[in-house]
Amino acid sequence: MEGPSVEELLAKAEQDEAEKLQRITVSKELELEFDLGNLLASDRNPPTALRQAGPVPEAELRALARDNTQLLINQLWQLPTERVEEALVARLPEPTTRLPREKPVPKPRPLTRWQQFARLKGIHPKKKTNLVWDEVSGQWRRRWGYKRARDDTTEWLIEVPDGADPLEDQFAKRIQAKKERVAKNELNRLRNLARAHKTQLPSTAGMHPTGHQSKEELGRAMQVAKVSTASVGRFQERLPKEKAPRGSGKKRKFQPLFGDFAAEKKNQLELLRIMNSKKSKLDVTRATNKQMREEDQEEAAKKRKMSQKGKRRGGWQGTGGKRKGGPPSQGGKRKGGLGGKKQSRPPGLGSKRKAGQHQGGKRRK
Amino acid sequence: MRPLTEEETRVMFEKIAKYIGENLQLLVDRPDGTYCFRLHNDRVYYVSEKMLKLAANISRDKLVSLGTCFGKFTKTHKFRLHITALDYLAPYAKYKVWIKPGAEQSFLYGNHVLKSGLGRITESTSQYQGVVVYSMADIPLEIL
Repeated sequence: MEGPSVEELLAKAEQDEAEKLQRITVSKELELEFDLGNLLASDRNPPTALRQAGPVPEAELRALARDNTQLLINQLWQLPTERVEEALVARLPEPTTRLPREKPVPKPRPLTRWQQFARLKGIHPKKKTNLVWDEVSGQWRRRWGYKRARDDTTEWLIEVPDGADPLEDQFAKRIQAKKERVAKNELNRLRNLARAHKTQLPSTAGMHPTGHQSKEELGRAMQVAKVSTASVGRFQERLPKEKAPRGSGKKRKFQPLFGDFAAEKKNQLELLRIMNSKKSKLDVTRATNKQMREEDQEEAAKKRKMSQKGKRRGGWQGTGGKRKGGPPSQGGKRKGGLGGKKQSRPPGLGSKRKAGQHQGGKRRK
Repeated sequence: MRPLTEEETRVMFEKIAKYIGENLQLLVDRPDGTYCFRLHNDRVYYVSEKMLKLAANISRDKLVSLGTCFGKFTKTHKFRLHITALDYLAPYAKYKVWIKPGAEQSFLYGNHVLKSGLGRITESTSQYQGVVVYSMADIPLEIL
């Protein structure tokens, strides 16, 4: 048979071209609204296809989706393009639809201690200038930070004040004071956080060195200090004879001795119900053993028939040993039966086989 | 003395259910009073509510036992059922084995029972099933 002729092929190609052109232009009653920033096209045409009762056929939905997407892409093609790393890219305008919030509105945080005080006293933050005139260097310097105006850490001379001990190190004293201020600030910040989240700071009872601490307190303080490293105490060395600390985990909480007896009973009954439902109703080993017994009986019956037939015809058409890989029986009893079968086969094989043979022998005699 | 945790209750119920099956809920939910399981020194005691309230007045180190001891939890948290639970398990036992009078004495002194010493056995008892052993006079002897 000849294939389609040349004219027919050409006609078909022309038809395809025409169809493609048709497809690009879509006619709609109402124009679509486009938000190209979000790649959104809203179709306000009344959906006659969708209004019919019952399920809408796939083909109509698909055609509608195709038409709208075609219109959107037509719009995209009209945008100004640019070249980014060998790819032609359209520059989308700003999105016009306002999208709703992604996350819920943040809850107002409780005021810090200072904020409460300021509110009470009516103190407002004073507006401060960014730069301050520094006399020493004779230029405008920032209020705080790198190369600030009044930096007392760069001072090379500190006068010993009148009432102070002449042998005291004033520089060290200054550094110490700064550390204490920073620590106090940090403590207050953590306290404010704890108040905001309604939790408590871990208690530091017994951690403040007083000189009159008991052995237990000191031990506890030492343990806390050991664990307060970046690796949570994993690489801290121990003294030569020091024992590893026992797991000081959370203390287990038990139910009260006379709690609610009814609730306890209910929980136990629920536990029992779950346990019973999980137990399978089918005893797999029993089922497989039963199945195997039936099969063996069938085989034995068949063999007897064959042997009788053979005797009548004067020939021994023995089936030989048991045909291994006999037709695998069907049925739900085989669930997981293959595993069980392998286990119980060998002993069964030996004993049942012998019994069958003997019986057969007796019958023959 | 404390109630059992979820895990401990589950382990214990699994063990007991091997002997009495779903009759276990008759032990938990009794019509003639609230009975509960309490743990004291790794042993599980089955005790009525009234008895429990009295026992709570005794200090831990002085309290030896209360109610009926069902068994104990070993160091590796396995549950071992004791003979003292026999009175509660025997009426609800699912699989029973009766021993002939001749073999009964031998059995009670710890020897094995031969097949000839076996009197009756509940039908369809599978191998390795947990059973309660009775004498021919229907006296429960042992949980096996």
